[in-house]
Amino acid sequence: MEDPLVQLTGATVYFGADAALDGVDFRLFPGEVHSLIGENGAGKSTLIKALTGALPLSAGRIELDGRQVRFSSPREAQLAGIRAVYQEIDLLPNLSVAENIALGSESHRWGVIDWARMRDRAREVLRDLGLDIDPASLLGQHSVAVQQLIAIARAISTDVRVLVLDEPTSSLDQGECAELFRVIRDLRERGVAVVFISHFLDQVYEVCDRVTVLRDGKLVGEYLTRELLRIDLVQAMLGRSVEDLRTRSRLRVAEEGAEPFLCARSVSVGTGIREADVDLVEGEVLGVAGLLGSGRTELARAITGIDRLDAGIIRIQGGTDAIDGPRSAISLGVVYSSENRRTEGIIGDLSVAENITLAVQAERGIVRRIAPARQRELALSWMEALDIRPRDPDRPAGTLSGGNQQKVLLARLLALAPRLIVLDEPTRGIDVGAKVEVQNLVSELADNGLSVMFISAELEEVLRVGTRVAIVQGGRIVDTVSCDELTPAELTALVAQPGEPT
Amino acid sequence: MTRWMRHRLFLPVVSLVALILVNAIARPRFVQITVRDGELYGALIDILRNSAPLMLVALGMTVVIATRGIDLSVGAVMAVSGAVALTIIDGSSDPGNVGTVLVAIVVSVLVALVLGAWNGFLVAVLEIQPIIATLVLMLAGRGVALLITDGFITTVTSPPLKYVASGHLLGLPFALFISVAAIALIALMERRTALGVLTEAVGINPEASRLTGVRSRGIILGAYVVSGTFAGVAGVIYSSNIMAADANAAGELIELYAILAVVLGGTSLTGGKFSIAGTVIGVLIIQTLQSTILFLGVSSAESPVFFAFVVILVVLIQSPRVYQVARRMTGGRRHHPAPEVTTGVEVTS
Repeated sequence: MEDPLVQLTGATVYFGADAALDGVDFRLFPGEVHSLIGENGAGKSTLIKALTGALPLSAGRIELDGRQVRFSSPREAQLAGIRAVYQEIDLLPNLSVAENIALGSESHRWGVIDWARMRDRAREVLRDLGLDIDPASLLGQHSVAVQQLIAIARAISTDVRVLVLDEPTSSLDQGECAELFRVIRDLRERGVAVVFISHFLDQVYEVCDRVTVLRDGKLVGEYLTRELLRIDLVQAMLGRSVEDLRTRSRLRVAEEGAEPFLCARSVSVGTGIREADVDLVEGEVLGVAGLLGSGRTELARAITGIDRLDAGIIRIQGGTDAIDGPRSAISLGVVYSSENRRTEGIIGDLSVAENITLAVQAERGIVRRIAPARQRELALSWMEALDIRPRDPDRPAGTLSGGNQQKVLLARLLALAPRLIVLDEPTRGIDVGAKVEVQNLVSELADNGLSVMFISAELEEVLRVGTRVAIVQGGRIVDTVSCDELTPAELTALVAQPGEPT
Repeated sequence: MTRWMRHRLFLPVVSLVALILVNAIARPRFVQITVRDGELYGALIDILRNSAPLMLVALGMTVVIATRGIDLSVGAVMAVSGAVALTIIDGSSDPGNVGTVLVAIVVSVLVALVLGAWNGFLVAVLEIQPIIATLVLMLAGRGVALLITDGFITTVTSPPLKYVASGHLLGLPFALFISVAAIALIALMERRTALGVLTEAVGINPEASRLTGVRSRGIILGAYVVSGTFAGVAGVIYSSNIMAADANAAGELIELYAILAVVLGGTSLTGGKFSIAGTVIGVLIIQTLQSTILFLGVSSAESPVFFAFVVILVVLIQSPRVYQVARRMTGGRRHHPAPEVTTGVEVTS
């Protein structure tokens, strides 16, 4: 076999006294797609940051083409041909697509930027990616999925030798994923080494040649994908047997003909969601399945008072109180967890304890302050119950891993003792272990009489936790089916069906 | 580094102490405090008294900045409140009456409160960018003040009004008591109730706060009301000091000094976490600096340059980046970068 393009030996990174990365060896060959696997907090992002010059190594070395290198900034790594596309998109929404793609490598002509050439190049790269969009359009106009692809276009518009994709598919739908995989295979043919990080093991098996598994900042092993059984991979990554992870079976409590807790009729908000009817019984988990942009998030926001209804009514327990904002929804026991954890969920600079108690405090009002001691106590009990790590209530919430941030948000909402919790993509971007924990928690809550609306792009997951599933297409609920009657494949077919002519 | 050196107020306090030490070494009289007729006098006492208007304005500014806002209109509000107070006293039959002065002060502060509510309405309800919303009143306010005083500089003779800025209570300047009361009031309001943490939540992530059920609109509006009201009190102190309502000179550039005081105290202009104690120290740094300029006899032409020079020095002392570079240059032990909270990237995975 040829020599590796990149080789990390004994890579170690300290944050304070804790090793986020501890003596990890990692190698990358030209023309391969290599997946980095591990739970949240395993050290994947740290390894990537060390590789791309965003973080300095505390110990160990990086070799590129057999020569030791030292990147003191992402710029230096980029000049050496190493580029990364992160989960959180780092583009500029108020610049054009072409400008974003050319950012940092603008074409010059007689000292000024050559706009025509820049646009041509952008169009070319976008065509490679199968994207037919106007390079002169503003980036902010495009959907998150398209923005993600544009971020990738920017990375491959230069002479890239190593391309790191950190959760590139978390906001893409199936068609877009297929397009991305085509591009990845194409890059592989061109001899580029691709590092692919994803929580979707299906995708890892579909596109990757080799996997490196990390756990608690240490290397578990490097395997060829085709020689590794999926069950062994999960076991390597979690360090415990898969048997422990089985989702618990649901007690069925939803009876026929029971008075619904929530009854929504003809709910419409703009063109996002139109004439939606929803009934939810106490203790029921209603799955919502739909493609990106189908109206699944709009439905959730309408029901929880985040967006104002243009038409329709929502009754809670047959009452007449109107929901006219998040506050009144909360007072009726209806709470919402947004799909955008970072922008609409976590308050990054506040401590974990303050984040967990925020909703309760907001409900109590300004004057009735929760004393700091009581706040810590409350937070610690939730951190215990949901196993939030590290168990430090004073730590800024923004420094927690994705899965733990999600649990902090759940704790915040559950502390309100809600009657209906609407979860929009609660498991997006979190690892398998945390995912199963969240799913189990949902089932447990439902068993205790809480109604749940569960939205997820992972249809298998929707079927696993849901009692019934509402299928959303083009802003309408086209059908509501019992989960027992469906297999994931059938649900996929229902969700992907072209909308009926309207 | 020991624990107290890591405290976020460590560097502001060091800056203030250093400034006082430099003065004390240059002219030992600076730290002398003399007792005359049971009242304390001295340069340090003067700093405490003269800092009262800036203290009030900067405290209000701290709360506004915590909500991600800014209040440029504070100087103009000071001018309006001074004009209102003096016009009432001037128009009364008995300018020396304590009752008259009290009425004048209450009315002028209420007017300032309304002006603050106007700013809050523009920002919180109409959702106009704070810098633009308060710019309106910044430009229009001084015109309003001139209208109130008919274009003149109204002067009065009123011992009770003079007492506000120049009087003594228990041997200390009365203005100092106003400062301390304002600090205590803000500290109680923000830290003994949940207002502080809710304000920070709104400042850090407005949308997440709204979704969580925080009344962000009320909190933002309230912040501008506090800022306006405090500026109104500052306006009264200012006019009491010169016993006149000067629509053009009252609170001139004070908005910028107040912002500077907030930033020197370690509160970020991007909103969120704020420090009341930090702002208090920031105000004292600025006031000490201004006294220093007077004390060292810097000429009026040179004083802005001198001021700017020292401010740059103080800001550099407090910059974490400067420390990193210095440590790297002196070859100290490798610094592990702190988790990058601001970028929102998960560093632990």
